[in-house]
Amino acid sequence: MTGFEVNGTRVEVGGDPDTPLLTVLRDDLGLVGTRFGCGQGLCGACNVVLDGAVVPSCQTPVWQAEGRSVTTVEGLSADGTPHPVQSAILDRQAAQCGFCISGIVVRAAALLDEEPTADAARVAEALDGNLCRCGAHRRIVDAVLAAREPTA
Amino acid sequence: MTDLAPHVITNPRLGSWVSVAGSGDGALVEVRVGKAELGQGIATTLAQLAADALALSLDRIRMVAPHTGLGPDQGLTAGSLSVLQTGPALAHVGGVVRALAGPTSPVEEYVARIAALDPALDLTTVAPLAPGGAVAVGRSEPRLDLPDKVLGRPRFLADLRPEGLLHGRVLRPPSVGAVLRAVPDGWTLRDGLSLASSGIEAKVMLVRDGSFVGVVGEREADVDRALEQLRADAEWDELDLLPDPDDLPRWLRSGAHEEVPVLEEDGAPGPGPGVVEASYSRPFLAHASIAPSAGLAVWTDGGVHVSSHSQGIHGLRDAIAATLDLDPVTVVVEHVENAGCYGHNAADDAAFDAVLLARAVPGRPVLLRWTRPDELTWGPLAPAMTATLRARLDGGRITGWSHDVWSTGHSARPGYAGHPGLLAGAHLAEPFPLPPSTDPPPAAGGGTTRNAVPAYDVGPRRVVGHRKTDSPLRTSAMRALGAHLNVFAIESFMDELAESAGVDPVAFRLDHLTDPRARHVVAEAARLAGWDDEPPEDTGRGVAYARYKDRGAHCAIVADVEVTDAVVVRRLVVVADVGRVVNPDGARNQLEGGATQATSWTLKERMGFDARRLLGTDWEAYPVLRFSEAPEVTVHLVDSDAPSTGAGEAAQGPTSAAIANAVQRALGVRVRDLPLTHDAVVRAIDAIGG
Repeated sequence: MTGFEVNGTRVEVGGDPDTPLLTVLRDDLGLVGTRFGCGQGLCGACNVVLDGAVVPSCQTPVWQAEGRSVTTVEGLSADGTPHPVQSAILDRQAAQCGFCISGIVVRAAALLDEEPTADAARVAEALDGNLCRCGAHRRIVDAVLAAREPTA
Repeated sequence: MTDLAPHVITNPRLGSWVSVAGSGDGALVEVRVGKAELGQGIATTLAQLAADALALSLDRIRMVAPHTGLGPDQGLTAGSLSVLQTGPALAHVGGVVRALAGPTSPVEEYVARIAALDPALDLTTVAPLAPGGAVAVGRSEPRLDLPDKVLGRPRFLADLRPEGLLHGRVLRPPSVGAVLRAVPDGWTLRDGLSLASSGIEAKVMLVRDGSFVGVVGEREADVDRALEQLRADAEWDELDLLPDPDDLPRWLRSGAHEEVPVLEEDGAPGPGPGVVEASYSRPFLAHASIAPSAGLAVWTDGGVHVSSHSQGIHGLRDAIAATLDLDPVTVVVEHVENAGCYGHNAADDAAFDAVLLARAVPGRPVLLRWTRPDELTWGPLAPAMTATLRARLDGGRITGWSHDVWSTGHSARPGYAGHPGLLAGAHLAEPFPLPPSTDPPPAAGGGTTRNAVPAYDVGPRRVVGHRKTDSPLRTSAMRALGAHLNVFAIESFMDELAESAGVDPVAFRLDHLTDPRARHVVAEAARLAGWDDEPPEDTGRGVAYARYKDRGAHCAIVADVEVTDAVVVRRLVVVADVGRVVNPDGARNQLEGGATQATSWTLKERMGFDARRLLGTDWEAYPVLRFSEAPEVTVHLVDSDAPSTGAGEAAQGPTSAAIANAVQRALGVRVRDLPLTHDAVVRAIDAIGG
């Protein structure tokens, strides 16, 4: 068994410890908000936060999560209130198909935690590991900027 | 009754379009259209049209997904036609409902009367009330589907988890034309995986029919591992069938073709002295959707039920039935959303893969998902194309024009050329071949020749397409089809002619345009982009214009492009006239996305291959535009009362041409072959130097 915390709740899962965390989240824990995009760690659709670091869950064997804390896109609105990044994306309709957006929300939320005053260039750079095919890039960057804490 | 909406004539049953769920205060009117949500926001736009047609508020409407058994057959969700075709149908349906179930307030009583209408009612036999006012239409209503997607709720096909679910994977051949020689005798899975010859008591079951091989199992992790072991051990006979990827224009012009005549006017120029001539090209492109294609199927005694993100569920149903010799009535296909769809991708093929796997485990739902490498290389590609343009110039005027375009076909959709056209069908022991791709008919805008006729007043014209019919690579419709390369060619050539004539590119276009809507978008784009101002250092500014399919949206774009080490698109100013706008922000989003995706095609994209295998198997080998490379895009919609057109395919051709024209103005170098990579620009500079 592998034990870890997901969105604040302790879980234990069986099976092969080399199974990707993404598969465990989606199939064993029912957390399908983390999307499978490439299985190669190259598109960012499956991003989760593992002890404070954003990782592609498709390239993270579940044993690596043992005893650690995982936050998924669902965890960002766990109290029923969307994360400011999610609210801003909805306010600005900053998505088209929305398949990439879970991983982008996770990455952008982590960025604003670390760098609350990130500017447009920094946001875009931070999202370079996330692919968007529909061409919503600039809307998404603008939404992330709008989600920053208002500056004094 | 005259002027009936065509899609009402073909789908006359009221119950196909409208039903009521629930009762009293919570009752919702369910509207089922045949157009699918592909990530373009169409469900929201059509909900707005339905709300006004039914004289209901938007929150009383629930859009339900296309379904072959329950909803209307509206053909494909393609060609920027969804609003054009569905708007009049919904207006009629709503007009009939109001005529029969009105008055429309109080709303609970109105909805209750709708619920009491006979679903079998023939909509063509009742005179509809005239349309009421636009309440929802014209507003930037937020997308109905986005909250689920942004908050990470189940919404996509691969999120379905029905009772008894099995997971499936298919081992695709390593190359086009490869034949499975053997899965070695006595082959077994390793590392704790066990194989079942029948039933699914063991962890993984192998499904084989000819060169079609798949695995089904209870656990996704197991089928993924089984697929890798199978891939490592399967032996294939491969063939060297692919052309030289570095000489596609010559390959496109060689071999067998079907001629696609468009225009042949007396006096159009051929090659010769005094005739300006240039050739342009683009490579094969991948759809490169962010999600791999998927399908869910359940095989039962009564038939097969399929969930698919197909653009055309009815065509898919018929193709599945034809391939497996089933009565189409026993095949039910319903649409479930997946990641963005930009044309005929692998959705239909994945649905059929799911059916083949489900057939081996009757009664159990099988969720089949493609791999990323298969999605990039086994989905239909967008055709490689090349065009040669010729024109005569007399002073500042064009006095004759010819356009020859060579392409592989732009349609291999299910049912094309009388064939089911499903990928796995070609791999079965008794195969269904995949004949050369065709083109949509001229009435649907054509494929190879889409937008090959210039919008300009150019004197006598000759326009001919040459569709290559002996390509080993399966190509099909991707956003804008042939319009992308044809507009890129025409609008690049217009700049070359303007330069020859010594006339400013905007003025040169206006000199040759008579349609006031066309003239307006060109002039407005130039004004908003500050065309007459000096661009920043190292920056070139280019313009381009087209009217999609000659009858759709007018779109003019001005690109600001900085050329240093790489080509960087800083800004695109887009002015579009899409007629009456149903959802302004939705239309802007489609134009922004179209222009941004076309920037990716223009700067980065090219499917690579060697003599045998496609090489663009991941996001490093098939790179697409990244966030820090995405241009600022500003979209201006022209106020218009003209009939609504689509917006999603208007920007692609103008974007590519405006970028190339800007590169030319920045460097003095004309790059005529896409993509405009650093290497391509260097080659073009070297060509001038040499």
